[in-house]
Amino acid sequence: MSFISYLINGISLGSLYALIALGYTMVYGIAKMLNFAHGDIIMVGGFSIFIVSTTLGLPPLLGILAAVVICTALGMTIEKIAYKPLRKAASPLAVLITAIGVSYLLQNVALLIFGANTKLFTSVVTVPPVTMGEGQITISGETIATIVVSIIIMICLMLFIKKSKAGQAMLAVSEDKGAAELMGINVNATISLTFAIGSALAAIAGALLCSAYPTLTPYTGAMPGIKAFVAAVFGGIGSIPGAFIGGILLGVIENLSKAYISSQMADAIVFGVLILVLLVKPTGILGKKINEKV
Amino acid sequence: MKKAVSLALALSLTLMSLTACGNTASETTDAAATTETTDAAADTATEATGATFKIGGIGPATGGAAVYGLAVKNGAQLAVDEINAAGGINGTQIEFNFQDDEHDAEKAVNAYNTLKDWNMQILMGTVTSTPCIAVAEETNKDQIFQLTPSGSAVPCVQYDNAFRVCFSDPNQGIASAQYIGENKIASKVAVIYDSSDVYSSGIYEKFAAEAANQGIEIVASEAFTADSKTDFTVQLQKAKDAGAELVFLPIYYTEASLILSQANTMGFAPKFFGCDGLDGILSVENFDTKLAEGVMLLTPFAADAQDDLTKNFVAAFQKAYGEVPNQFAADAYDAIYIIKAAIESGKVTADMSAQDICAALKTAMTTISVDGLTGAGMTWTADGEVNKAPKAVKIENGAYVAMQ
Repeated sequence: MSFISYLINGISLGSLYALIALGYTMVYGIAKMLNFAHGDIIMVGGFSIFIVSTTLGLPPLLGILAAVVICTALGMTIEKIAYKPLRKAASPLAVLITAIGVSYLLQNVALLIFGANTKLFTSVVTVPPVTMGEGQITISGETIATIVVSIIIMICLMLFIKKSKAGQAMLAVSEDKGAAELMGINVNATISLTFAIGSALAAIAGALLCSAYPTLTPYTGAMPGIKAFVAAVFGGIGSIPGAFIGGILLGVIENLSKAYISSQMADAIVFGVLILVLLVKPTGILGKKINEKV
Repeated sequence: MKKAVSLALALSLTLMSLTACGNTASETTDAAATTETTDAAADTATEATGATFKIGGIGPATGGAAVYGLAVKNGAQLAVDEINAAGGINGTQIEFNFQDDEHDAEKAVNAYNTLKDWNMQILMGTVTSTPCIAVAEETNKDQIFQLTPSGSAVPCVQYDNAFRVCFSDPNQGIASAQYIGENKIASKVAVIYDSSDVYSSGIYEKFAAEAANQGIEIVASEAFTADSKTDFTVQLQKAKDAGAELVFLPIYYTEASLILSQANTMGFAPKFFGCDGLDGILSVENFDTKLAEGVMLLTPFAADAQDDLTKNFVAAFQKAYGEVPNQFAADAYDAIYIIKAAIESGKVTADMSAQDICAALKTAMTTISVDGLTGAGMTWTADGEVNKAPKAVKIENGAYVAMQ
């Protein structure tokens, strides 16, 4: 009985990682860069909701909407100011380091504005908890909402990329930037759109993360962000279903090792598994091997 | 491509260790903006002679442990104001200067240096253990007398110039086990502790050792670390499955507030028992205090106690700061009176150097006996530890109530 409960909680945690990993993997797939500030955009989303719905007392839905708008604008601004000028830089390291810089910038600006005191976040999820197995298992509304929302978003994202023109443009840019440009695709606009979608996802992830684990500090997004990045690599970076599977697996492994091996060793085990997977399959579970063209 | 990914991975690991540090060193940046100089200097009318006792205080006035630091600052200020209004110590007024350390060892040493530049003679601090250990190294080097109101880790008072008002961590662990055992509160106990924190793991080890002697069965002992302190569902589920009647939480209140709400969501309602780290849980911003109903904690101070000392203190504190004082405020209030008693007993005067004062107070501390808010007839041994009886309180209707 408790196994099911561990599993469901693991899937819930994993869906959060998956939701965040989607943002990492999209940006990587299209812009070929790792946006380490992604986790901190989640934090910005969390604070936006906190201010709108807890401080100002407006309905939570308005808070989520505000968070999506703010995060999208923020993501696009960061891309314009910090990443775009470096896109043509000789070394891919430059933009990676800038991303880390942006991450610390966001954390410290939030620290200046909101202070380091932990804020308790009021859940934006209104789904009632479900009790199963004669009261032995209770699944919280946040858990259900997280899993459902993640699945819906992943399906929408895949449909968007497969069916829409903008999605096809993204695919083209991810395969060959130069050729895409020659075919009349606006590469800059496509990359901007990618950041906008990724950041909007981060806002939703922020809402779910803070609802499930209701504390909010300027560092809220840092650790989940890094774990989600690991999930993206785990599943095969650049692949949307890969990010989803990677996230769920990471969450389940983390929770089950906490439950059955040792609660102290959980993180060590998760990262140990990651190293093993990468040794056996360096491109991740669903990653494709791409032959570099000369 | 493979290279880029592995490079990025290595980077992420580095980043992770950085954020791990970030958690403890986290509450740093707004330091400059909030470096606090208390209004002590303004409050305290310097006597015509010009000599005053300069007592420094260090603790987190901002950041995650700010509840403790602010309580200590206010409690100490109250005691200083009372003593000054009553004519000071042997006619000498006290100046009190409290500096923020944001619960960070490095900041605490900086704060200590600031206080030294201010010519501090006695240090009342620091509030939390990790910074306290760092500052104790400095005070020992400089031979400045240090009395920590609440630094409970063993090494806080490892030098002969340092004493404390509160219990040590091992004492809290032992006392908790004894309290649970003797009052037959529960026989099946689960523990959830922070294995990356010296305070929490210190209490846990002694608790586990003493539990065996008390006939308490530890059915689950679950850990978490500073990197994974938001999701406690697995730990709680294991405690629930193991049939725990009581969950012992030797942790700080921020995590405890999460544990309480997650336990509530999963419909797990055991008794909760904690140590002084849980003190402050009722003042967490936006926390539903109903969740803390029935939580027991071992603390030497209960604000509803009916003795005159407590009643007067609580009334004065409420008048000055508009809130019910917690244990840390009481520890600090006691600390100032303990310093006063030691100064009187050691015949210390304000014109002595900090080193001479330290030598005199060290001897005086082992001879005095102080009746304070946090214990009657408190005495000290040369190793810096206090002797007093532990008390437990229970949260009822959003307030602390003393248990028998």
